[in-house]
Amino acid sequence: MLTVRLTPHLKRFFPVPDEVQVDATTLPEMVQRLDDLWPGLGFYVVDERGALRENVAIWVDGARLLDRSRFGEPVRDGAVVHVMQALSGG
Amino acid sequence: MATTNDRFLLGTRKGLFDVRRQGGAWALGEPRLPGQTIAFAVRDPRSSSVWASLDHGHWGAKLARSDDDGATFEKTAPPTYPEHTGASAKYYWVIEPGPADRPGHVWIGTDPGGLFRSEDGGATWSLDEALWALRKEHAWQGGGRGEAGIHSICFDPRDARHAYVGISCAGVLETKDDGASWSYVNKGLVNVFDPGSTTDYGHDPHCVVIAPSKPDVLWQANHCGVFKSADGAATWQNLTQKPWIDFGFTVAVHPTNHDRAWLVPLKSDEVRTTVDGRLAVARTDDGGATWDLFREGFPSPAYDFPFRHALDVGADGDTLALATTSGNLYVSEDGGVTWATVSTSLPPVYSVRFA
Repeated sequence: MLTVRLTPHLKRFFPVPDEVQVDATTLPEMVQRLDDLWPGLGFYVVDERGALRENVAIWVDGARLLDRSRFGEPVRDGAVVHVMQALSGG
Repeated sequence: MATTNDRFLLGTRKGLFDVRRQGGAWALGEPRLPGQTIAFAVRDPRSSSVWASLDHGHWGAKLARSDDDGATFEKTAPPTYPEHTGASAKYYWVIEPGPADRPGHVWIGTDPGGLFRSEDGGATWSLDEALWALRKEHAWQGGGRGEAGIHSICFDPRDARHAYVGISCAGVLETKDDGASWSYVNKGLVNVFDPGSTTDYGHDPHCVVIAPSKPDVLWQANHCGVFKSADGAATWQNLTQKPWIDFGFTVAVHPTNHDRAWLVPLKSDEVRTTVDGRLAVARTDDGGATWDLFREGFPSPAYDFPFRHALDVGADGDTLALATTSGNLYVSEDGGVTWATVSTSLPPVYSVRFA
């Protein structure tokens, strides 16, 4: 089970809470669970190839996922995941 | 193609404006989809639906559609690339409703170079595989964007199976069989930026339009000059006359007079601002042999200019709207001779389309 905290920017598009629990062992699974809850949301986080969008930033237990090739690797049970938009400009 | 003179849509960095002529004035109204980047907006006169291409930046490119003529918008499933392409849609650059006799027929041009087609009003989309195969075979390069992008779609009003697309950088391509096969139609174009280019492909049309009243005539604002074809794009005539009739992004053609067209002249690839700091509209009435420059109503100096989709002409051929990179909106009601300022404080504008 993961605790997911979603940027308020996503509230413009989906009625997401600040925090949600999802049953997932990897970040792609987490995205799928979020998409199950709010159909279409997954496509905001990943593209049609399943790749994390370039300007979406993810933190796992406070550590930013800097190496995007590790997006698919397992995440520890109980982790806290932040899904944010990367800052790009002022 | 425009069906009115009194309403046009602006796609801006911060929302969609549905501009209406009310009495003698033009009213911007409240933005639809406020705060969202609208890369392109167009009304489909067959269904009175309004399409908006959204560029969310962080969250990817999306589409929205209004089925109540622009009052409210809903997100709609955008075209996505099939798995075998390995590609993902970065930008829905142009949306073109199809001919009147093919209701539900809509094409979308994207970066990275895919043409998507719908026959059911956008419920489902399919990639034009024949065109995509050419992109792979000939390794089209990027234009202003990182990868090749389709920005111009021209349907032949005489034949719904006949169409052209303009691609930066590939050039102009033509289909006569409803997209089953495509041919490069770039003979006569100049290409100074690619030492390896052939006459067939590698060109950079910035904007291509077809003359509704004589569809064998096409006009093209190109990275390397201004061109016109009078033979269905079989050959292109170079109309460039430096410094004014040369570089630019946009071109519009009169709805009933194929010899009348408008440009907004810019200075060279290297500079990319107005010529001598003066915003002007160039108009030809003789098929491109001679041009008049019209500046009345524009501020001077002015360095901002319209992007490729940000000049359009209404159904009467006399009403034009032009909006710029700095959010200035001008309207002419006398065929582009004089211009009135509607706003100087809009967000940057990406598209202007009469409804």
